[in-house]
Order: sequence, then C-alpha cells, then structure tokens
Amino acid sequence: MPVQAINDNYQGEVLDAKANFAGNVIIYFGWDEHLMFCAPKAFPLPPQMTFADVISQIMPEAFGQHPEFNEIDWSQAQWQLDRRPISPKPEQTLAELGADHKSCFRLRTPGLTGYKGMGI
Amino acid sequence: MAKKLNIKEKYRLLTRDLDWEFSYQDRKKAFPYEEFEGIKITDWSKWEDPFRLTMDSYWKYQAEKEKKLYAIFDAFQQNNGHLNVSDPRYVNALKVFLTGVSPLEYQAYQGFAHVGRQFGGVGARVACQMQAIDELRHVQTQIHAMSHYNKYFDGLQEFSHMHDRVWYLSVPKSFFNDARAAGPFEFMIAIGFSFEYVLTNLLFVPFMSGAAHNGDMATVTFGFSAQSDEARHMTLGLEVIKFLLEQHEDNVPIVQKWIDKWFWRGTRLLTIVAMMMDYMLPNKVMSWKEAWEVYFEEAGGALFKDLARYGIRMPKYSDVIEKEKEHLSHQAWWTFYTHGHAAGFHTWIPTDEELDWLSEKYPDTFDKYYRPRWELAKELEAKGERFYTSGLPQLCQTCQIPMLFTEMDNPGEICYRDHVHEGERYHFCSDGCHDIFVDEPEKYVQAWLPVHQILQGNCGGPGVEEVLSEYYRMNLGVDNMDMKGSPDEKRWKQWKGVA
Ligand SMILES: [Fe+2]
Ligand SMILES: [Fe+2]
Ligand SMILES: [Zn+2]
Repeated sequence: MPVQAINDNYQGEVLDAKANFAGNVIIYFGWDEHLMFCAPKAFPLPPQMTFADVISQIMPEAFGQHPEFNEIDWSQAQWQLDRRPISPKPEQTLAELGADHKSCFRLRTPGLTGYKGMGI
Repeated sequence: MAKKLNIKEKYRLLTRDLDWEFSYQDRKKAFPYEEFEGIKITDWSKWEDPFRLTMDSYWKYQAEKEKKLYAIFDAFQQNNGHLNVSDPRYVNALKVFLTGVSPLEYQAYQGFAHVGRQFGGVGARVACQMQAIDELRHVQTQIHAMSHYNKYFDGLQEFSHMHDRVWYLSVPKSFFNDARAAGPFEFMIAIGFSFEYVLTNLLFVPFMSGAAHNGDMATVTFGFSAQSDEARHMTLGLEVIKFLLEQHEDNVPIVQKWIDKWFWRGTRLLTIVAMMMDYMLPNKVMSWKEAWEVYFEEAGGALFKDLARYGIRMPKYSDVIEKEKEHLSHQAWWTFYTHGHAAGFHTWIPTDEELDWLSEKYPDTFDKYYRPRWELAKELEAKGERFYTSGLPQLCQTCQIPMLFTEMDNPGEICYRDHVHEGERYHFCSDGCHDIFVDEPEKYVQAWLPVHQILQGNCGGPGVEEVLSEYYRMNLGVDNMDMKGSPDEKRWKQWKGVA
C-alpha cells in the first residue's frame, strides 16, 4: 500500500518535483574518503551544463576548501552516477550523461585519501 | 447524604459508566479513525487502566507540583542562577533543547488530545487526555525555566519560529508530524510506546543528570517535576502495546512494523542527544555509548524478551543500531561544527582533555576515525581559517538529517541509499529510512526538506545569509558561529571577572 490513509487513493504532493526548480535540476556530489565534508552537497544546475563546467565551476564551490583539492588530477578521477560507474567527457552535458533531477555523483580521487591519508 | 466515593469507585464511574451507548447514532461515525489502520479491537473493556487517576486528584497532584516548581524558578532567577552553570558552552545544549525538544512537547499535547478523542474505549481516552494536559504543562514549564537564560544568552529568543523553519529542526518537527499524521494506534506505538516507554529515558535521564552535573538547577527542577508524569506516560505506553497484542493476533504484524519504523526513527532523532552528551556537556555524565547500553540494550532488551511471548521481536536493524553507538555523536558534532555558521547556537573544537575523554570512552573508533578531524580543524583555526563548510548538504528524505551517516561495515564511507518512485528519485541515509519510505511513499514524497525549499526559493534569499537572518531569524554573528569570540563568551568573562 502506498500509504496508510483514511481516504481511498490518497496521493501526496511531490514537494520537490522537477517543475519546482525553475528549469534547473538538483544534483548531488559526494567526494569519497574526504569526510571533512560531513555529507554530499546539493546544487541546482541546468541540465545542459557541460561536465567541463561542473569541474571548473561546481567542484571548487563544493570541495575547494579541502587541502587536497588543488592536487586533484581530474583526468584520473573516477566517477559514479546513481551507483553506476561512468567516464564523463568534458563536452558531455549533465543530461547526456544521464543525470536527471536528484541524481547523485560520487567522486573518487586515486592517490588522494584525505587529510593525513585518514579519509578525512 | 450519599456516601463518599472511594477513589476506585470514582474512577470506575469516570471511565465506564459515564460513557455513551450508541443507540440511535452510528458508533463508527463517532470514532472514524478506529479501523483504517487494520487494528482489530474486540473488547475495549479489557483495557487495564494503568494509572487509576481521577480528574480531581490529577488536578490536585499537578497543582502541588507546579507550586513547588515555580517557587524554585523564582529563587533561581533572584539568585542569578545562570551564573552557576559549569561553563557558558553548556547553555548551547539548552538552546538545542528549547528549539528542538520543547516544541515536541507541544506536538505531543496536540497528538494526545487527538487520540484522546478518537479511541472508542473510554479508559484509553481518559489516559490520553491526561497525558495531553501533562505535555502542555511540560512545554510551558520548559519555556518558563529557559526564560531566565534568554535574558543573558543569545539564541533562545525565537525558539518557536525557528522550530518551524530551521534546517536541522525539521528533523524533530517532521518526526512528530509523521506520528501525528498517522492513525491513532500508530501514534500510540510511535510516541506512547517507542518514544515514551523506551527512548525517553535516553533523552531525559542524560539531560537531567547533565543539567545537575553542570549546575543548571532550573532544568533539573523541571526534569524532576516532569518525572512523575513520565512514569504515567510509560505505563500507558506499555499498556497500549499489550492491549493491542492481546486483542487480536492480526494486530501482531502491524504492531511489529510500527515498532521497526519508530525505533529506527527514534534512534535517528536521538542522534542529537548523543551529540549533546558527548560534546556539549562541559562536565560529562556518561558517554552516549554507555547510556545506550544501559537504557536501550539492557532495559530495552529485557522488555523485548518479555514481548516475545506475543510474537514480537527486537526492532529491525537493531544490529546496525548497536554498531552506530560508536559513531553517531562524533558524526553529528562534526556536522554542526562545520555548519556552525548556519546553526542557531555555538559550536567549538573539544578541549584536549575532552578529546582524551572521547578516546577513552570510544577506544575502537575515536582515534581512528574522529580525532583526525579535530586535528585538521585545529590546524585550520590556528591559521585563522576556522572551517565553515560551503554549500548545502544532501538530506535523507525520511529522517531529514544530512546524509552524514556512514556504512557500519566501512565507517569511512557515507551510506548512500536511493529509490525511484513514480519517476522521482529519493535518497536515504540508511536501509532503515529507505524501508520506511518504500512502505508509504505517498506520505514521504511530501517531506518539506529544508535544503530543497531553500533551492526552490521558498525561504527568502537569494543568499544563505538572508535565509538565516530573515527567514530563520538568527542574529548573525551573535547566535551562530564559534563559541570563541562570541558575545555569550564575552559576557560570561565579564560576569566572572576574567580577561
Ligand atoms: Fe512530556
Ligand atoms: Fe511524556
Ligand atoms: Zn534517514
């Protein structure tokens, strides 16, 4: 049963429907082994944004405070999108990569394992 | 003249013989909420009244307690009781309590008033009505106790406004909203049983002994005054579950599902208490892990052994919960420390002594996973770059807590769970929160997630600063940010005559 309700066929209003974000979609980014950031972060982004722009504009805003951020070799970065491994090309857009509203990217940076190698 | 009734007779008259017989009205219309949850009640008269209290004796007891309580509040104020707290950092625990917990007392009042009308059995109705009045008293006495601190410390002045809006306060608020939006029986398993009977000890005992250890007589006093009410609430919670389980065997799986759900939700909610105990009390009582072992594993374990004869087992994911006791408080305080710019209270790096205490209390996890975070924070602070994280966190759709919890078989990795419902993707902090959503998606798609509301432009803005100051009504630079250099700290030093 989709809900235990006193009325039949009760339907909830989807508060975070894509239509409510003025053309943007919400995209989450998490950086594995870097728990200096306590949780992944949320950004409203246009689906046509290229991955190159994600790297140059969104990544510094999300993770630039980390002492290892400037050491990231983006050509070696490993990505997951909604739990599937992907190899994004810089010119691909979020939409072309298959990222939709409330999709989640996870970043792994081989060789960089956080403050003092402790996953922080 | 009629003979004076003894208390038992009075109670019988109050709870039995004054109830209506439905001779010309449809009983089902009078109690419309009683059946839709699937719970079967065959005989309300089997309800064992847990606390045979009549209205007149109830008022008498409560009035006496109030008299004593307010006499102590008066003395506390006249003697500037706030100067006796152990350390001004302590008051931040009170800010969390007043903004996060006291409004739940009000929601408990609303919830019990509702079920106190809707149950078909008059004994259950009377017990719930009395608890409703108790809960209203609790919120009032807590506000009155804290009002003295509000004169001297920042961050208490907008507690009720903040409860409705601030990002982290949506966690306790939505917890109670979930319970109140459920049917009356689920509400009773959620609040009466899971929360009051099992988990409330983990809230009140540490909190009240924390207050005692930290020189806060106002809080200790309201704690004592609420204690006899709580004893009544716990008895009611236990009676409810036994009654439901004895009424019909079909009730067992429904009750078990509610137990699974509400213990999970309860442990998520108590994360904030874990953090208060381990990080916010300058004089420690016991660690969260120790409290969890005493009040949940031992006391709760015995209870579930007792319920096994009805076919009830330990809540689902108890094994995960057991491992999490080593991690919760550390993950939560790091979250608040790094979001200290967006919190309505002060945060700080634990002192060296406190870090050592944490290592001693958490020998298997603290040095390995958490001490390095504080070393990093110290390094940054020393460079004049006190760390406040940028951006907004991803939240769990069910508990609404940022996705800060890690995998218990790999505590260095964030726990990601998701589910697609009718084309929309939803994210969860845990299997527990995932399962709750999947069971009733039409309920949780409606979650008012603070981060998404900000990003939709529903909380003012455009920037986070305006959201914090205008929509949340935080006094920026005063209520929030680090304890070091705060106006709270400055005033304290002046009062104490230290530089
Ligand atoms: Fe209460
Ligand atoms: Fe209570
Ligand atoms: Zn959750």
